[in-house]
Amino acid sequence: MTSLSNSFSADVEPQTFAASPGQGEVSDFFALLKPRVMVLVIFTALVGMVVSHVHVQPVVATISLLMIAVGAGASGCLNMWWDADIDAVMTRTAKRPIPDGRIQPGEALAFGLVLSAGSVMILGLAANWLAAGLLAFTIVFYAVIYSMWLKRATPQNIVIGGAAGALPPIIGQAAVSGTVGIESIVLFLIIFIWTPPHFWALALIKAGEYAKAGIPMMPNVAGPVSTRRQILGYSLLLFPIGLAPVALGFGGLLYGITGLLGGLGMIAFSVHVMRNREGEAEKRAALGMFGFSILYLFLLFSALLAEHGLGLFRGVLA
Amino acid sequence: MSRGPKGNEVAPKSLDAVQAERRRKRSLAIAVVLGTLVLIFYVLTIAKLGPQVLNRPL
Repeated sequence: MTSLSNSFSADVEPQTFAASPGQGEVSDFFALLKPRVMVLVIFTALVGMVVSHVHVQPVVATISLLMIAVGAGASGCLNMWWDADIDAVMTRTAKRPIPDGRIQPGEALAFGLVLSAGSVMILGLAANWLAAGLLAFTIVFYAVIYSMWLKRATPQNIVIGGAAGALPPIIGQAAVSGTVGIESIVLFLIIFIWTPPHFWALALIKAGEYAKAGIPMMPNVAGPVSTRRQILGYSLLLFPIGLAPVALGFGGLLYGITGLLGGLGMIAFSVHVMRNREGEAEKRAALGMFGFSILYLFLLFSALLAEHGLGLFRGVLA
Repeated sequence: MSRGPKGNEVAPKSLDAVQAERRRKRSLAIAVVLGTLVLIFYVLTIAKLGPQVLNRPL
């Protein structure tokens, strides 16, 4: 029996997780890395590499991409170690390996630390130390600044913490070019501004769960009306930022059309969320917003990948 | 047989079948990871050296 002593939220009782050392399955350790987040990180970092148009050894690029993904997975693992007490309270996360008792907190901590150090070191050796430093910063930002501090302290948690999820394109560009250019900074801004409406759509539905766990998500603190207004505000802000690659010349016709339609879609879904405030319609509208936001980001980055990786770039501006 | 805290001989704890199978899978996963690391360092070294590594004075 092992007790986890990192619980400091007033609303959450310290949890005890019944796991014996060395009893976890391989799949449990893999689940600690948040594989779905890793896929998103690989995808966005790859786009950051491709828009740089720097010739780089494919082997070096592949290993760099792998290490960025492992680093992201490691930060997810450290997040699960720290948040095990609140994960146990919420139905969405109660079946994660630590609260479910399949892996001991200490095992997860060691696993996360080893992968963090390993991924940063290998990225430094494979690509350069700027990329490695940015990866280390991302891991620390997500595990310490977001998980240990912001998440339980402020309703702006995912706004500021979203920076960690937005950094992979910058790391990708740094890995292949050794510098940070305007392209990856714009991609960072797109993900950064996209994060609040994406997460708050889910938080509107799961407000009760977050309240039970004592997490100050925006709907619990500012209320659902204010959250809906902010979702619309961020979607309006996302529209021009989503089209910035066209204005800067690295987003072509395909990207421009995708950004235009997708941006209008995000605004339309936000308005839909504003109008449907009760019952099943409210839930459907929020879920629709959540689902469409994932599609929006995927299509936007796919368009850039197709234009720069497959040679489909057709300039919009002369 | 191993020695206990008082120096007496203690029979090793036997794992049940499920635990043994989990340990075997974890050991295999560690082996795969270590093998991948060796491969990464080897391939990376060759890639960093570049094609010039094949040119040597005869």
